[in-house]
Amino acid sequence: MGLSKDQIAQRIAQELRDGWYVNLGIGIPTLVANHIPQGINVEFQSENGILGMGPFPFEGEEDADLINAGKQTITAMPGASFFSSELSFAMIRGQHVQLTVLGAMEVSDSGDIANWKIPGRMVKGMGGAMDLVASAENIIVAMQHTNRAGESKLLPECSLPLTGVQCVKKIVTDLAVLEVDPQRGFVLLERAPGVTVDEIQSKTAGRLVVEGEVPEMQL
Amino acid sequence: MSTTNYISKVVPDASAALEGLEDNMTVMFGGFGLCGIPENSITAIREKGTTGITCISNNAGVDDFGLGLLLHTRQIKKMIASYVGENDEFERQMLSGELEVELIPQGTLAERCRAAGAGVPAFYTPAGYGTEVAEGKEVRVFNGKPHILEHAFDAPFAFVKAWKGDKAGNLIFKGTARNFNPMMAMAGKVTVAEVEELVEVGELDPNSIHIPGIFVQRIFQGVGYEKRIEQRTVRAKSE
Repeated sequence: MGLSKDQIAQRIAQELRDGWYVNLGIGIPTLVANHIPQGINVEFQSENGILGMGPFPFEGEEDADLINAGKQTITAMPGASFFSSELSFAMIRGQHVQLTVLGAMEVSDSGDIANWKIPGRMVKGMGGAMDLVASAENIIVAMQHTNRAGESKLLPECSLPLTGVQCVKKIVTDLAVLEVDPQRGFVLLERAPGVTVDEIQSKTAGRLVVEGEVPEMQL
Repeated sequence: MSTTNYISKVVPDASAALEGLEDNMTVMFGGFGLCGIPENSITAIREKGTTGITCISNNAGVDDFGLGLLLHTRQIKKMIASYVGENDEFERQMLSGELEVELIPQGTLAERCRAAGAGVPAFYTPAGYGTEVAEGKEVRVFNGKPHILEHAFDAPFAFVKAWKGDKAGNLIFKGTARNFNPMMAMAGKVTVAEVEELVEVGELDPNSIHIPGIFVQRIFQGVGYEKRIEQRTVRAKSE
């Protein structure tokens, strides 16, 4: 069974803490903004130059001068600010942003991530991903546990060109929540409802650490 | 004696702003996606027919707008960018080898512009360490963490777009259309700023200036801004 994309986002939203500045990547990470827990105040940063990013505008209120890093039209929340790319990445490299959530094609059991290039295919570029993963103190990857061919995306070593090394701290997939311990591998923290440890084990090619009873996620 | 208390940067139009732009130059273009791009300057460069351009720009436009216009006319020799999706002609030229492409991390791109304008020849950044971006680059460990050496760009021309500007070249940007424009304005040996609204000196509040006129060599009143939206995303009124 496993989680839907929206449920993956919902589980990641539980990691948000009051007062955090958060950068959300394109795809599943964007959905995290729809699930902010009650009583938690966070501000979303988009690396093209806004803090305090709000939801999509109402129809007819789109502003060509107000977009996110995915080039989608957005709004600005009260208290928002705009700034240059240079200042935006100063925030990122300077570790003023507490959490980065992004997608991945592959993650290794030492925390390497590959998410920007597939040899032989048109390469679109890394955008801000390399800056984000090299600097963020807390990186959560949101992705499916396996690729379309059914192969594990949690590997002993990434096979694709890397975006960053030993940087991923946590992974939330359709099957599990895992913490990366560069020494030991993927530590299984939670299972998706109805998903067994055996299934997760069979779909995890990298080292998997299972300690005691692994609880189900609470969504 | 009649003097002005400011240095005028005004040129009549986009084509006048291109004086000295020659084939095979390295040129910066502000903007993120199609947001905040120098539309008038791009059109004027297309009309002038300048070729062999090495473009430094975060993106490469779309097929029929932005830098895509200069790709269609084969005026761009090399593209230095962080992300180049959403452009079929770009893809065709890249895969056929007609177009050289250098992809660099977005924050590194921004900082290489800033460094160029700020007199910093090179800097260390953690971005790209352990990836192909780091190949051939000096690595140094600071505070236990490896960093790679990146160099400032060198660009004879930079084309930027601002919301408002005055005749002294002071610039104010709007929303996320600011993006790469300020640090490219700093970096260009000749920076051309086009603005939606060109005003007299004294009309802009000095407290609100994003880029002081010292970084701008030429400024002109832009015309006919299309300001195309790449991904129109909206929500229903009921939400």
